[in-house]
Parts: sequence; C-alpha cells; structure tokens
Amino acid sequence: MRLHLQIWRQENPSASGNLVKYTLDDVSEDSSFLEMLDLLNEQLVGKGEVPVVFDHDCREGICGSCGVMINGLAHGPSARTATCQLHMRTFKDGDTIQIEPWRSAAFPVIRDLMVDRSSMDRIVQAGGFISVRTGSAPEANLIPVPKGDSDEAFDAAACIGCGACVAQCPNGAAQLFTAAKVGHLNILPQGRPERYERAAGMVAQMEAESFGSCSNYRECEAVCPKGISVDWIARMNRDFLVARLKGIQGKTA
Amino acid sequence: MEMVSTSRSANWFLALYSSALGKKTVMALTGIVLFGFVFMHMAGNLKVFMGAEAFNHYAEFLRAAGEPILPHGAGLWMFRLVLLTSVTLHITAATQLTLLNRRARPVAYVRRDAVQLGYAERTMRWSGYLMGIYIIYHLLHFTVGSAHPSFSAANPYGNVISAFQAWPVSMIYIVANLLLGMHLYHGLWSLFQTLGCNHPRYNSWRRVFAITFSVVVTAGFLSVPIAVLTGLVS
Repeated sequence: MRLHLQIWRQENPSASGNLVKYTLDDVSEDSSFLEMLDLLNEQLVGKGEVPVVFDHDCREGICGSCGVMINGLAHGPSARTATCQLHMRTFKDGDTIQIEPWRSAAFPVIRDLMVDRSSMDRIVQAGGFISVRTGSAPEANLIPVPKGDSDEAFDAAACIGCGACVAQCPNGAAQLFTAAKVGHLNILPQGRPERYERAAGMVAQMEAESFGSCSNYRECEAVCPKGISVDWIARMNRDFLVARLKGIQGKTA
Repeated sequence: MEMVSTSRSANWFLALYSSALGKKTVMALTGIVLFGFVFMHMAGNLKVFMGAEAFNHYAEFLRAAGEPILPHGAGLWMFRLVLLTSVTLHITAATQLTLLNRRARPVAYVRRDAVQLGYAERTMRWSGYLMGIYIIYHLLHFTVGSAHPSFSAANPYGNVISAFQAWPVSMIYIVANLLLGMHLYHGLWSLFQTLGCNHPRYNSWRRVFAITFSVVVTAGFLSVPIAVLTGLVS
C-alpha cells in the first residue's frame, strides 16, 4: 500500500523541528510500524538523505524502547500494543500518518523521534528497588505470597517504562509509571518494609523532574501498552500520604 | 535506602503543600468541604417549596445559628471563614498546578487526540474559574443585595422570587449550576483517587457516588429558578 507520512524532523535538542512529508510505496500490510520506518530509512539512505532517528530494541513489546505519537495517540490506534507491535494492516492504502516524538519537558528530544527518558530512570533510582542483598533466587515457597497479591504485583511489574503515559497525559504527568514502579514492590512482603520511604522518595524524585501533575484524566491507562490501571495511582497516593503523616521523607536519586 | 525522618511541626502543612501531590490533596480535602456546603445549600433552597414563612424562617435560623453561646451572626461568620479558606486554597492550588502542567509540555503536539477524556474533565479548570466569578455575582445578588434591583434583607423569599422572574437572571443561575454539576461529576470521583481511597470491592461505587450527587445537587439547585419561571412558585 501507499502511505503519506508526516514525520517530525529535528536535528538536535536545541534545534526547532518541523513535520516533513514523505510518500512511501509498496508497504506490506503484514509489516510492523517500525519495519515501515525501516523501509523509509532504506530509501532515504539510498537517496543520500539522513534517515529518521527512532528508538527501538526488542521489537516484541517488552523492552519499552520504542514509542512515538501516531496520529495523536501514543503507540498508535491499537489498544495494549507498543509501537513495534502495531501492524500496518491497521491502516488503509492512501492514509496519511502523522508521527511525532513524545513531548514532555522531562523527555527532551535527542533527534527526530528519539527522546531522552533518563528522568524515569532517576525515579526508579529513588526507591524502585529492595535495598537488601537477596543473593540467588530463594526456594519459591519460602516467603508465602497470596495468589491475589502476586498476580497484582505482576500486573504493575508489566510496566516497560516506555513513557506513553507521560506522552498522552494532557498534563505531561508521570503518575502511572511511578505508581507502577512503587506498587509492584509495595504489595509484596519483600518490598513492604520500605513501603513508605519508597513512595515518598519516588514521588519526590518524580516532582523534581519536569513532569506535570495528575488530574485523574485516565488518558495514561487508555494508551498504556500493558494496560496498567490508574488504581495503582490511588495506592501510591495513599502510601505517599501515610508517609507524610508518619513524617517519613524518602531520599531522592 | 537512607531515610530522613522529621517530626511533625507547624511547617508540616507547608511541606505537604510544597509538593504537587500535596496540593492535589489540599484540593481534594477542600473539595469535600465545598461539596458538603453546596449539598446543604441545595437542601436548604428546597425550603422555597414550603412557602415564604418556612424559607424566611430558615434564612433567619442561619444567622442565629450558635446562639445563645455565640453572638448573633457569629456562627454564620465562622462558617463563612471556613468556606472562604477552603475556596481560596482550592483555587490557589488549582492555579499553581495548572501553571506547573503548562511548564511540563513546553512544545505542544501538532496533534494529540483524547482517548477517553470526557467533557467534564476537559472543562474542569474553566468550570471552576467561571463558578468563581458566578459566586461573586451570587453574593452581590442575594447576600449583599447590590446586584438585586428590589433587595429586601427582611424578605429573602421575595428576593428569590423577584430575581428569578427575570429570565436572564434565571439563565445565569441555570448555566452556572450546570457547570457546577459537571465540576462535581469529575471532582467527586477524582477525590477518592487523590486521597488513595481505593479498594476493588468499592471502586465501582465511586462513580455511582459521583453521578448520584452531581445530579442531585444540580437538579436541586435548578428546581428553584425553573419553578419560579414556570409559575410553580410565586
């Protein structure tokens, strides 16, 4: 099929970018969105032009590297998929597709569609871990974990840190990411001793980065490729408030 | 992980408020106070259907509340002080968070679609600020009386009837209360989320609560100007 692409091109973080139009022919319906961009880049390189820079790694929806705004939606129109899992059969011959990078003060554009998401790494560094050495994997039933808790912890731990929640949020808030990273540990016995320090520290780090604040719009939940629920945000808020009432302040990264 | 523990102090509130999540908490708590007020206000307004005597007696009761322990009007002023503090904190926190959110996305998207964002959520800020303006008009209209052409402090019932018989005035109140209803629809759900009131067993009731009370409050308030306009109450 033939596609009309409008892709954000920006040479470096301080340059001002703009949408550039490309027409791409012979795109297979069975190819992925990233393979479609590969095809475009092959042609650009063949013509001696600079290829479009975009982040990608595993191309199977588990690494969290890829992610662009596709026609105004983070990771495009399909629910619960990362950009790499989006198939070109979602589009029709002759469609115009607008592609922009995540836009957030906390995610500066490096080049074209690639942004710097190290602000999210610093949130994890502020408490997204258990601070005792646990050695090698213990015997599985040594610490009893209720089935419900373990399933829920997995739901939150499914967060791949792609940043779609921040990108889609009208406020540019990182609440869903931070809540998932707080929540998957806080619900388990191994994470519980540091529950309040973790919530306080990670919220403080989140606020020290240039993210916005949560207005409970739930746009994040709608575009999350892992379908992480905003219920985690309420749990994080509760842990944050209890930490404040106890006078516990976490350490930022 | 190292931790810094601070004892609770007079600065505790300021420390909480300095955080964006703390500001949201303040918005939720003051929102509860303001919701409690509009609910009582709405319930009190329905006295208009019981006639002039009942309504005026109720209005006088509000001024005399707390007597004889408190002097005349003192209870009312204490109540007003709580409301004024709440509304000031609510608007200040909302404004500060709005400015923060603007800074969080310095370069706008060429296109960003809404996935499930509803009209009430989208207009939260504007419904809030417009109601702020409306409250000032409302106070000048029915409390101070300077925006009322035939105001009589001794006859609140008469003030209501003569005001709402003019349809432009009724329209202002109807539009303002529809905005209030939308604001409550998102706010009454949102406050549970902000305060961390979350449990799988009760989560679906939070939306039911928000819908029920936003509809009840709005319908209650709208009933008065509509009843006057239609001649049901005169």
